[in-house]
Amino acid sequence: MNGTSRSADGTSSTTNGASRTEDGTSSPASEAYEERLRAFVGREVTGPTPGQDPVNQPMIRHWAEAMGDRNPVYTDERAARATGRPGVVAPASMVQAWTMRGYAATVAPAARDTAPGGLAALVALLDEGGYTSVVATDSELEFRRELVPGDHIAVQETVESISPEKKTALGAGRFVTTVKTYRDQAGGLVATQRWRTLRFRPREAGRPRAERSTGGSAAQPGAEPPARRPRPAVNRDNAFWFEAAREHRLVIQRCASCGALRHPPGPCCPECSSLWWDTVESGGRGHLYSYVVNHHPRHPAFTYPLLVAVVELAEGTRLIANLDGVAPEEVRVGMPLVLDWLDADPDLSLPVFRPAATEES
Amino acid sequence: MRAGTLRGAAAIAGIGATEFSKDSGRSELQLACEAVLAALADAGLRPADVDGLVTFTAETNSEIHVARNTGMGEVSFFSRVGYGGGAGCGTVQQAAMAVATGAAEVVVCYRAFNERSGERYGLGQADRPMDTSADRAAYAWMTPFGLHTPAQWVALFARRYMHEYGADGDDFGRVAVVDRKHAATNPAAWFYQRPITLEDHRSSRWIAEPLRLLDCCQETDGGQALVVVSAERARDLPHPPALIHGAAQGLGRDQHMMTSYYRPSISGIPEMGLVARQLYAQSGLGPLDVDAAILYDHFTPLVLPQLEELGFCARGEAKDFIADGHLEVGGRLPANTHGGQLGEAYLHGMNGIAEGVRLVRGTSVNQPEGVGHVLVTAGTGVPTSGLVLGGER
Ligand SMILES: [Zn+2]
Repeated sequence: MNGTSRSADGTSSTTNGASRTEDGTSSPASEAYEERLRAFVGREVTGPTPGQDPVNQPMIRHWAEAMGDRNPVYTDERAARATGRPGVVAPASMVQAWTMRGYAATVAPAARDTAPGGLAALVALLDEGGYTSVVATDSELEFRRELVPGDHIAVQETVESISPEKKTALGAGRFVTTVKTYRDQAGGLVATQRWRTLRFRPREAGRPRAERSTGGSAAQPGAEPPARRPRPAVNRDNAFWFEAAREHRLVIQRCASCGALRHPPGPCCPECSSLWWDTVESGGRGHLYSYVVNHHPRHPAFTYPLLVAVVELAEGTRLIANLDGVAPEEVRVGMPLVLDWLDADPDLSLPVFRPAATEES
Repeated sequence: MRAGTLRGAAAIAGIGATEFSKDSGRSELQLACEAVLAALADAGLRPADVDGLVTFTAETNSEIHVARNTGMGEVSFFSRVGYGGGAGCGTVQQAAMAVATGAAEVVVCYRAFNERSGERYGLGQADRPMDTSADRAAYAWMTPFGLHTPAQWVALFARRYMHEYGADGDDFGRVAVVDRKHAATNPAAWFYQRPITLEDHRSSRWIAEPLRLLDCCQETDGGQALVVVSAERARDLPHPPALIHGAAQGLGRDQHMMTSYYRPSISGIPEMGLVARQLYAQSGLGPLDVDAAILYDHFTPLVLPQLEELGFCARGEAKDFIADGHLEVGGRLPANTHGGQLGEAYLHGMNGIAEGVRLVRGTSVNQPEGVGHVLVTAGTGVPTSGLVLGGER
């Protein structure tokens, strides 16, 4: 029981007529989504990961044969020494091959590949935005020294940039640039690689993903979509709340040190100054602490008069939310309220409160 | 609360403003220059005498532009105060402290904008650009729910105040009526010769229930400036000095920008209480020593808890204090004798400080008898500030 209360017929509310969803299309261009993408820029998405095997002669030979590269410095000790090298060396462009994770890891990713904030999380986030297809666009390699058998290479990868959505011949997409840094067993830099891919929404197959709206999502074909509600400014301190809301969970930030609840959330506990926190899920019951009936000015995402409330939850914290299922003249400070959810659009779900009596009757 | 050393150290020696309009027809910088020059002329000083500047963080006219355009020379002190209209009296506190410490000798406080013909604050925050700062993120708890504007934010306080103390719309309306009464006799006021009745208030349209149109201040194009010097120097200048007996700022526990709905009680204004305690401690005065007041009136409902926080009446009794006529000229506490921001102009409270100076000089168009001390407040719902001004005794 998480306090989500739906009306008896199972429909969720579409308060104020403003909640209709643009049919079918997800909206990856939302500010919240942009912020989540931006959070990856500059982040290490693959920690230092050693190759499975050290640099070795058999793999060099296979690679040189496959590439048709007959340069003897890769396979012939003597020929290599004749060029002033201490012995055979690996082809420079093999650097990536030494750290490829191999078949087994591809079918069963190791924990680090799926770690929160890792490359898999970035790919999942791009998938969520509809950018489900990928094509490599360019790779710039810079080599510091030649590799020799016995070297053991590790790779680390950091996101350099994620472009705004661009229209391309393949479809709308984003260029994702990462920098892979290759180091030897002593930590010495051997090569860097700037790796750019286009993650794109295929032209035909890019229809709905993440279609979340449950209420009245079938807009009339050709109808102008209603204005969307103002986007919340989501940042590292409040993103968890809006993410929980998308799952229809009303969470309250809780100090992990002293247990005090707080809202609106922040990084630090006002009671004990602790930076550690978690959340509890509200039971979804409360009462009306204050309210306003908005008439003017009007925003196109809302219908007026618009009821906005300060709700005091049973847990003791207050929050701002819209009221639904009650006429402005029937609203009373102190009236008991229960939580419901409003899927305003695919990117935005918000708590809404109804008079408790309505649910119980 | 400590008395400190600010009392009587500095004075407001000059005031100057542009006309107050809905469309100035000139740049905000020009408005600032005109106001600054008028204030300096009033003080009998020249731009070259100025070595300090204080304004709002909300001000678009940076010190460099004002200094360069008005012909100021070297400026040794410049400072800005945040939180919108809450900054007003805080600018004078900054100036007084600078003068008292020797950081500067002649400090000009200014505020100028095309708030009506340019960017109107009343239209709200719904579609302003977003970033990930804490200030912007705070709007995440408001704008997605359609809670965008200052009137709407204040309405939530007003509704709770009504619930706790039994106030009603007429109690707010009486504030508008007295402001407009004073504006009606003030030629500088936008609503000069246009008083309203309580019935006019009752029949004005809803903006954000329980706020009606006539509960909301106007929006204004204009500029206002003040000149602060040491008390000693002020005595040599043309006008009787308006001595700064107290100047204070306040930021309360669990303070938000106009949306401090999460405190145990929201029917008071704790940051104004903090300002009041400091003002009385600094000045050695109490509420009974205050002869007139300029109470920040962007919206009528928050005038009531101000009277309570400032000690002019007990909690919940402001409605009776007002209904008994105490804010009228001739009442116990003549208030907003210029017409306030509802009647004269919305200059982020700076025009109210100028009226405080006129009350001390004895030159208000609605001058009450025997004004020794005037208390001036700044914006409510935000971190705020206040002043106690007085004449020589
Ligand atoms: Zn704590």
